[in-house]
Amino acid sequence: MNWSLFFGELVSGLTLGSIYALIALGYTMVYGILKLLNFAHGDVYMVGAFIGFFILQWLGGPLTPSVTPWLAVAIMFAVAMLGCGALGVGIERFAYRPLRDAPRIAPLISALGVSIFLQNSALLLWGPQFRDYDTFDLVGVKSYHIGQNFFISNIQILTISVSVGLTIVLALLVSRTRTGKAMRATSFDRDAAEMMGISIDRVISFTFFLGSALAAAGGIMFGLVFGQIFSLMGFTAGLKGFTAAVVGGIGSIPGAVLGGFLIGLTEAFATGYLPGGSVYANLYVFALLIVMFLIRPTGLLGSPVIQKV
Amino acid sequence: MLLRLENVDTYYGQIHILQDVSLEVNDGELVCLLGGNASGKSTTLKTIIGIVRPRRGAVRFDGEEVNDRPPSYRIGRGMAIVPENRRLFAPMTVKENLEMGAYLHGGGAQEDFERVYSLFPLLYERRKQLAGTLSGGEQQMAAMGRALMSRPKLLLMDEPSMGLAPILVERNFEIIKEVHESGVAILVVEQNANVSLSIADRGYVLQTGRIVLSGAASSLIKDEDLRKAYLGR
Repeated sequence: MNWSLFFGELVSGLTLGSIYALIALGYTMVYGILKLLNFAHGDVYMVGAFIGFFILQWLGGPLTPSVTPWLAVAIMFAVAMLGCGALGVGIERFAYRPLRDAPRIAPLISALGVSIFLQNSALLLWGPQFRDYDTFDLVGVKSYHIGQNFFISNIQILTISVSVGLTIVLALLVSRTRTGKAMRATSFDRDAAEMMGISIDRVISFTFFLGSALAAAGGIMFGLVFGQIFSLMGFTAGLKGFTAAVVGGIGSIPGAVLGGFLIGLTEAFATGYLPGGSVYANLYVFALLIVMFLIRPTGLLGSPVIQKV
Repeated sequence: MLLRLENVDTYYGQIHILQDVSLEVNDGELVCLLGGNASGKSTTLKTIIGIVRPRRGAVRFDGEEVNDRPPSYRIGRGMAIVPENRRLFAPMTVKENLEMGAYLHGGGAQEDFERVYSLFPLLYERRKQLAGTLSGGEQQMAAMGRALMSRPKLLLMDEPSMGLAPILVERNFEIIKEVHESGVAILVVEQNANVSLSIADRGYVLQTGRIVLSGAASSLIKDEDLRKAYLGR
């Protein structure tokens, strides 16, 4: 067995999975509360990557940053997350809220519209070309190894730990805080939550803020890991985040994380081991989605839909 | 006067549900609203709490017109509701359900929990259990405890005895009486005229969206028409 290949794919799968998990969290939270598949979510992730890119330029670029490199990375995360959080709140306010009581297909179409709008705005403003994050120049990529075969880079460590850290913060927020509990109450029974005095609009806005901020973090991670971003990067990433959410069980927060890592690992191991994997990795990823639909439609951690009578 | 509905008309889309409904609840009073299926009882409560808005007429609470105010405002001013079918948050613990009842009060002060737990000691035992695992009677207690967490001036109750065993219905009304005696005004919607009139101060009878009868509970309980319609004799 080629352990070096195995561990290489493992680390790269966990890195990818970290990014997909962050995207999937936004999908699953919005679905939990609105029963809406927010197909614009992947494009919010793209906008996050671009905000990070422009912040980096504004700080003097990767070669001559005006602050220490890791502080620059922290500022990129902070600004992109806040900016995308606000974008998410705006999208909900203008594209979904007016359709709150419409049949469910209407906001879904609206979401596709927002997605097309964001993609084309990005093409118009920023063009179709790749933009370089130049991670090498910025922080210097170091590789650490444990034993002969296990290698991991500082960027991979950063990506995995930031993703795990954000997930833990989110989990605590949802399980412990008053607002988090209001989110759970609202996603279980919106009318009952309203009858407790919970402001549904505010809870929904907050959900979009959180989900979009996490997507922005994922976008920056993509830039740091792969070194390049582009205007249409949200399309495939969004689909994979969605796949991760569904595989994990849509509506379930632990499910989204599990699904994210599963999709990331599938993609990495397919690339390394399966026939034509490096070209057709996505085929294996989406095949996993189909298999999941066949054997467990509610996803790994999803609860079966109980029809109320 | 704590609550006053003045000539309220409520619609669901084109359907005229409440027609010219006027009713009052005074401070500390226990009032019951009787009516059969689809008579508009629940809609009346939803209009009071603000889930649906009246097309005409006024809802006044505690000296203020609240027609255009969202439920959160009205609840903040002192309303609370035990919804039809309890509507507990099943995947959350009993304690978390109580916290949601006190959502506008920061999730509940220690003394509020103690007050509710002393009224329903069983809820204390079950506080870490998921609300969805409670029995029907326990769920009724939890829903009532949840509503009392916000220290309401007016408690709205939508068919509290629905789905309960007869012995629990009786126990339930004892609790309602107890809460009422602690100074909370209660408007209880019921199909069970006998039990509710026996503890109420006053009552209203709703029929296809109109108030057809009202008066002191003691006189309503003797009313021939009402007996025929609701008491079956």
